[in-house]
Amino acid sequence: MANLLEMRSLTASYDNNIVLEDIDFTVNENDFIGVIGPNGGGKTTLLKVILGLIKPAKGRIEFNSSLINGNSIGYLPQISTGDAYYPVTVTDVILSGMMIRKKILSRMSAADKKRTREIIEELGLSGMEQSSLTELSGGQLQRVFLGRAIIGNPRLLLLDEPGNFVDSTFEKDFYGKLKDLNSRMAILMVSHDIGMISSHVKSYACVNRKLHYHSSSEISNEQLLAYGCPIQLITHGEVPHTVLKSHGDGR
Amino acid sequence: MEGNILQYDFIIKGLLGAVFASITAGLAGAYIVSKRMVFLSGGVTHASFGGIGIGYYFGFNPVLGAAVFGILSALGVEYLSVKQKIREDSAIGILWAFGMAIGIIFIFLTPGYSPNLMSYLFGSILTVTYTDIIALGIMSVVLILYFGIFYRTILYISFDESFARTYSSYVNIFKYVTTALVALTIVLNIRMAGVVLVLSLFTIPPNIAMIFTRVYSKIILWSVLAGFIGTAAGYVISYFAGIPVGATIIFTLVIVWVLVKMGYQFTRYLRKDKR
Repeated sequence: MANLLEMRSLTASYDNNIVLEDIDFTVNENDFIGVIGPNGGGKTTLLKVILGLIKPAKGRIEFNSSLINGNSIGYLPQISTGDAYYPVTVTDVILSGMMIRKKILSRMSAADKKRTREIIEELGLSGMEQSSLTELSGGQLQRVFLGRAIIGNPRLLLLDEPGNFVDSTFEKDFYGKLKDLNSRMAILMVSHDIGMISSHVKSYACVNRKLHYHSSSEISNEQLLAYGCPIQLITHGEVPHTVLKSHGDGR
Repeated sequence: MEGNILQYDFIIKGLLGAVFASITAGLAGAYIVSKRMVFLSGGVTHASFGGIGIGYYFGFNPVLGAAVFGILSALGVEYLSVKQKIREDSAIGILWAFGMAIGIIFIFLTPGYSPNLMSYLFGSILTVTYTDIIALGIMSVVLILYFGIFYRTILYISFDESFARTYSSYVNIFKYVTTALVALTIVLNIRMAGVVLVLSLFTIPPNIAMIFTRVYSKIILWSVLAGFIGTAAGYVISYFAGIPVGATIIFTLVIVWVLVKMGYQFTRYLRKDKR
């Protein structure tokens, strides 16, 4: 298994406020890591360091040669920073994800446009090719930005709170889709909603200034059985917690 | 005979001016309107009046002074808001008035009355020189090449700058170059429509286009066309009615905008009715 990226004793800060301190972290091919932790704990900062948007204050981050300069990384931002009123079509937004593979003067090829049509169909957005973003629901918008993140066939996919907009009808499909994608790319998914991701990820990285890595084997099937209910909360021992019996009426 | 020459001059300048103004304003205007830079552009336009005043006082081409002031104020707003953390609309408001103040002071200090002042404020085809027309022609070519070659790069950066930063290290260069080109384009069009009115040449045509299309490349094409119709019709009307060109162009464009909007609503209503 090849390392996609490796952080060694990495510290990152905003205006001299340390957000991430002395982090060691490795992402391997085919990883599906849930990044969890409190708000302001540095989850998004971790993604930005990987994307090269924030330079480490100390320590280093090394990429596999296939990810040089942060290219070939797909990214779904938390809240889209794009202006929804901007006159741009669904096709254009998704196609813009190909830019991770483009040099400054290269054009979009017929193959790129064909791939865009495939992604649109795959994500259930058929018929909206020429729609502007204001015509879409929150869930559809999220899918457009997911399309932009995956069209370049990145080797590493970063998702920042993807659950925020996913509508319930698409939620099952969405995680099914991620499972498919995981067979050809590593996924790093930031979420504060542990219940939502616990049944999907293979391992966890808990980020709160420091980073702790937990392989999925730490949460065994027996433990899941012992709870007698789906796990909605994962804590670190010292945090007091109560587990209630399920209602027995299927809820 | 002399009347014929004047008439010929007016037609040639008017026609070429209309073509180049609509091309440059269409390309730059689609960018300004999409990126919500209308207020910034207003600031640039008015700040450039400072350069016009200085040009008058020191006796060089006022358009040159305006170009320098226009570009510096556009980049200055960016600098003040990003680096100095001054709110962008405040920075624009300050530079807007400061440029006007400089312009007025220097024009006041210039000995003798400047008959061209009104043409800079409200535009006048009669004072447009062939140098102005050639400059606009060159600007048209530059903008067509720039937007043609970097169409997607410019579109994607202006739509979602922070996402663009994840794959490109050229984001800032493109932002500054495009802003400078837009500022220069506005300044070169001042001779056509004047400081006070020129911005509408950039904002009304894209808004006409956006009534029926949200595709960026089509917005550019329709803006150029709408700009040409408004400008050309404005010339003809102003010539026969004997009223100022700049104001007539803007008036015509607004009428076109209202008519297109109403026509579009009406056809949509008819289509719904048929279903």
